[in-house]
Amino acid sequence: MTVSDVLEAAARVVGVLVVFLTLPLLVGQTEHKAMAHMQSRLGPMYAGGFHGWAQLVADGVKFAQKEDIVPAAADRVVFKIAPAVALIPYLVVLVAIPVGPGNQVGQALDAGLFVVLAVMAVGVLGTLMAGWASANKFSLLGGLRTAAQLMAYELPFILAAASAAMAAGTLSLPGIVAAWNPWWLLWQLPGAAVFFVAGLAELQRPPFDMPVADSEIIFGAYTEYTGLRFALFLLAEYAGIVVLCALTTVLFLGGWHGPFPDQLGWLWTLVKTLALSFVVIWVRVAYPRLREDQLQRLAWQGLVPLALLQLAVTGVVRVALG
Amino acid sequence: MDGFYGGYGLVGLLLLVGVLFVTVAFVANGLLRPTVPGGDKTVTYECGVDPVGEGWAQNHIRYYVFAYLYVVFAVDAIYLFPWATVFAAPGFGAATLVEMFVFIGFLAVGLLYAWKKGVLSWV
Repeated sequence: MTVSDVLEAAARVVGVLVVFLTLPLLVGQTEHKAMAHMQSRLGPMYAGGFHGWAQLVADGVKFAQKEDIVPAAADRVVFKIAPAVALIPYLVVLVAIPVGPGNQVGQALDAGLFVVLAVMAVGVLGTLMAGWASANKFSLLGGLRTAAQLMAYELPFILAAASAAMAAGTLSLPGIVAAWNPWWLLWQLPGAAVFFVAGLAELQRPPFDMPVADSEIIFGAYTEYTGLRFALFLLAEYAGIVVLCALTTVLFLGGWHGPFPDQLGWLWTLVKTLALSFVVIWVRVAYPRLREDQLQRLAWQGLVPLALLQLAVTGVVRVALG
Repeated sequence: MDGFYGGYGLVGLLLLVGVLFVTVAFVANGLLRPTVPGGDKTVTYECGVDPVGEGWAQNHIRYYVFAYLYVVFAVDAIYLFPWATVFAAPGFGAATLVEMFVFIGFLAVGLLYAWKKGVLSWV
């Protein structure tokens, strides 16, 4: 391994880390402002001067100065490491997501899709750990709801992703983008919808936010959390939005494909990812929360059959077209 | 870094960076935060009143049937991935497609059976 190899690896790791620390904040700030305007409010206006652009930076500074409190009844070790378990998987996943053609990817992995799905599934463990370790009834209920939700979305999520892999004939994420073609928008539409909806449920975002339903169980598994640990859970949620939207972009919306030359490919990935993030925010404002049993019904009687149908259609079309 | 496993070096490195990021954040937090132990702040939160019993209460897990169903299906779904990469390759074609329909058919019949049995409703 030469010096340039080491430098390149370092540059890629730093690049992924920078994306991981900026894009979630951008999405979070957009949520503050977009939600506010959709509800005829202004949202944050003070921090940083111009339309409260530095609100999340100020929040971060505040979180970093808060006391570290672990409830006396809690399972201390598990309680303390839960936020890290929730956060780090989303950082690792980012490395496999291609932003542009060629080598514009953190690391091209041959089994990229498989790795991404496996690592993303780890993040939920953080919430389950938090729910159990807090020794709080609200947290326990939140954790149980998270687990119930996991049963509902994970299968359609995986099946829809498998459909994209079948259509492309590869598990490599850059390979899937390279094989993409505009007619996938129609052909893979049910798969894309299932993937995105199931992903929203994984992130516990409205309308699937019953695990953290604030009007019922305070804040679910995160009830006892405060300060930096709470901030890490929040960061995990927004990093999750970025990862889900980027993955949907890569698998179903053609990633870096767009009308302009390939050099602008990274811009297309970014634009598509942010547009989907806006949809995530929009859905939060527009729809009321489902109940856990409604989610189960939606998943098992709607998403799973739809995903199976998509698999059949993908298989037939692929073989029929050679 | 080449080869099938070579690429995972960077993934491992990023995992380390993630752990490091969290560690640095908590070290900074340790330097910046006040530490005032004691008081009522470590009492379990139950809307402000004194907690009743312990937090690890007994609970009816209503979705255990979903859990069984999920495990069955998720294990099946794993087999789709290796198959997905080769099924349309030259020399496979129609035969693998029929196999897929048998596979999806099993899943679908299982789901329909569970549905018919009334398992897919929240009890």
